[in-house]
Amino acid sequence: MATEFAFPDNASKAESAASQEFQTEKMSLAMGPSHPSTHGVLRLQLDLDGEIVTKCDPILGYLHRGDEKIAENMTYNQFVPYTDRLDYLAPLASNVAYVIAVEKLAKLEVPERCQAIRVICTELARISAHLLGLGAYGIDVGAWAVFLYAFEEREKLYKLFEELTGARFTTSYTRIGGVARDVPEGWNGRVEAFCEQFLPILEETLTLLTRNKIFQDRTVGVGIISKQDAIAYGLTGPNLRGSGVAFDLRKDKPYSGYDKYEFDVPVGSKGDCFDRYLCRGEEMRQSVRIIRQAIKTFPSGKWYNEEAKKIFAPQKAKVLTSMEELINNFMIVTEGPQMPAGEVYFEGENPKGALGFFIVSKGGGVPWRMKIRSPSFCNLSILPLVCKGNLVSDVVSILGSLDFVMGECDR
Amino acid sequence: MTAPADVTAALQSKFPQVTSRPSGDHPAFNVPASEVIAALKYLRDEFAYDFLVDITAVDWSADASPRFTVIWHLFSTTNHGYVRLASDCASDTEPVAPTATDLWPAANWHERETYDLLGVKFEKHPDLRRILMWDEYPYHPLRKDFPLAGIEVPLHDPEVAALTGASGKPAPMMGGPFVASSGEMNLTDAEPRAKDESWTESQVKPVSE
Repeated sequence: MATEFAFPDNASKAESAASQEFQTEKMSLAMGPSHPSTHGVLRLQLDLDGEIVTKCDPILGYLHRGDEKIAENMTYNQFVPYTDRLDYLAPLASNVAYVIAVEKLAKLEVPERCQAIRVICTELARISAHLLGLGAYGIDVGAWAVFLYAFEEREKLYKLFEELTGARFTTSYTRIGGVARDVPEGWNGRVEAFCEQFLPILEETLTLLTRNKIFQDRTVGVGIISKQDAIAYGLTGPNLRGSGVAFDLRKDKPYSGYDKYEFDVPVGSKGDCFDRYLCRGEEMRQSVRIIRQAIKTFPSGKWYNEEAKKIFAPQKAKVLTSMEELINNFMIVTEGPQMPAGEVYFEGENPKGALGFFIVSKGGGVPWRMKIRSPSFCNLSILPLVCKGNLVSDVVSILGSLDFVMGECDR
Repeated sequence: MTAPADVTAALQSKFPQVTSRPSGDHPAFNVPASEVIAALKYLRDEFAYDFLVDITAVDWSADASPRFTVIWHLFSTTNHGYVRLASDCASDTEPVAPTATDLWPAANWHERETYDLLGVKFEKHPDLRRILMWDEYPYHPLRKDFPLAGIEVPLHDPEVAALTGASGKPAPMMGGPFVASSGEMNLTDAEPRAKDESWTESQVKPVSE
């Protein structure tokens, strides 16, 4: 079979398989929900003709917890820990996106120091999520070493997260109108030191894949998503940018002071798995750039909004000494922060794409309806289109390149 | 963040029944169900709102009428602005809305989710199955008359159900962080720590060995 060693091309692959003299067999295959390449609990109901996928039907919901229902039954502050469990590979970024949405409803502005802390958090979370995506993708297509490199760096990030938030994984760091606590002394320096040593390691890690013949064979020309399809299916994040659409909310709809930082938005040219991989690699470099600028211009001042006292829990010392603060604290805990009625929608540029919160408030401490627009959910909706006509082994490659997380997809 | 004035004006001159909707941020419009698809198409083709962000619905409580409102969010990848369209469903018991799958394939899963969780049927949708809950699930959990704890349902797999006699039980909500009422039970009974009567103000709390 001459095409075996040629540059991978889906159309010719399908054609050559169809024209072979050997008989293929049609079958239906359930890939997942516990399949290593589905990165969680996703089931793909595949119709196969030999090794070629003729139909792909993703079955979701194995991780559905009813987060939106839960949100309707608890106060705004109480929901922060639940946002950790959306994209559990980058909880800090989800924390930030959620509180900005609520602050929009409450019409709160946070001080510059708080904004800078949030930017550093989001970008560190992005590096951490992309590292995991990279490592897991490496394993999917047969490059184990990348995973080990990536996880060593993630461990360092976890140490930084732990120092900042008290938790390695479920950070719950942001509060409405601020963050839970100021950055510890010397933390910024340690973040800078991390960046310093991270860049050469990132280059080394990416070298393991970028010019790797096996990796290229598995990804170049596989799972091509055109610009039009990417927009039509609502893809966001590196998956959209890999298809050549320079859409990045940090640039196009700046929030939390992103307009103050200089960074580039990498875009792909072909829209294949390799382009999406390259975009993620470059995004990590850009994240380091943003973090360095944020640390260099790190503002002094408060790390929470003074006006947010009615929403943001009062200082513990004051609660214990002042009658008014004690009453206020009691009201916040029992009834929740009093919010104005209204409808707001905010989405932030998370590692996986645009994570949006649509909040309908009738006033009071509890949202009437909160819809979570999850990027992984939208990104997966293109699977039936992009998997069709590919080999089963390419489905693994495509799944890895879409870099989704089911906690967020199923909510 | 206000609407480009021409969008509001143009939309309202083309569709006279469109009214402005109160919104905390982006321009928002109330659109009658019969004109939603035409309005979405108009916004997409004439005003470059080419990106369908989200489709969802709101249940305004079991006694409200109109009870369900379907919400569309669009984004423009060239002008970088959002727009929100809202349309009330005529029926409170069997809500229906028109499908946008012909305009954006992305609408497919959003509409399936809205149907699954809120029971809004999208007319002419090519594949209106449940997406998060399983196909046989009898309720629409995000409706306001659906309790937070859930309702007992037969197991997904009838064979397993017959063999084990098990079923999907409501979640035990007592003592949880929820604002919703924890049911009939007295809070003192619900909170195990409150039942500890081995110590009072006059009697010292026993120290465990």
